[in-house]
Amino acid sequence: MAGRPEAFDRFVDHFRAKIFHYSWLMCGHREDAEEVAQETLLRVFESFDQLREPERVRPWVFRIAKNACLMKRRKSVFAPRQELSLDDFLPAMDREGAHSKIEIADWSRLPDRQALQSEMKEVLARAIRELPENYRAVILLRDVEELSTLETARILDLAEDVVKTRLHRARLAIRQMLDEYLRTDGKAVPNRG
Amino acid sequence: MEPHERSEKCREVFSLLSEYLNLELPPEACQEIESHLAGCPPCIEFAESLRKTVEICRGYQPRELPGPLEEKARQQLADAFQRMLRQKKNAAG
Repeated sequence: MAGRPEAFDRFVDHFRAKIFHYSWLMCGHREDAEEVAQETLLRVFESFDQLREPERVRPWVFRIAKNACLMKRRKSVFAPRQELSLDDFLPAMDREGAHSKIEIADWSRLPDRQALQSEMKEVLARAIRELPENYRAVILLRDVEELSTLETARILDLAEDVVKTRLHRARLAIRQMLDEYLRTDGKAVPNRG
Repeated sequence: MEPHERSEKCREVFSLLSEYLNLELPPEACQEIESHLAGCPPCIEFAESLRKTVEICRGYQPRELPGPLEEKARQQLADAFQRMLRQKKNAAG
């Protein structure tokens, strides 16, 4: 970015949108998300000398954003921590203990990622929003931002195994919601919890 | 395979699917999962639906975008950016 105005603009525009989106889904308020994005970018420029590995700028920025989000939440409301159980997502087994009667929607009907239709996008956005906060943070960083398990663990101050567990349960919860959507032709999307 | 054995294996595979899809499992564990999937159509169907879920999440483009950056806020960032450049220059020189 050294000294080039277009690099500054690109950096700000790119990260502002990313931080805003993460914060909007974590804090739940547009105004808070806008403030978190601004505070994060300021902090990034003010403490750039603390970035030890320049190639890891993305996880470093997200760690600052995560902390800014926590400060915002402290000023507003605390949601009780909620855990998802693996058993909640186990495919149903029959009496013999096999899941031969498993009911899964026809997933071949899903549009591919380029053509994700707007209704489907809304179902996905809702599924992410409805995840408990500790699972939502993991899926946003791991699957939406495509950061690694280690990077996500460092951002969220978690052990890698915890990131893996939460990611799996978050994916299962989202899969369940999309499956319900496909099985009912979009007529019913369950509210969890 | 007996139904009970199958059920236990299905549960085990079920709990490891994300790590399997992320290529985070050792080769032996991957082989075990693949050999189970080869003989268990419901599990393979479930695994495929989870793989598609991951694919969809990775392609997720948020509709919510931040509002335009106000001039005062942009200037605040530009000032911080310039201070950062000056610090870097001083540290180098």
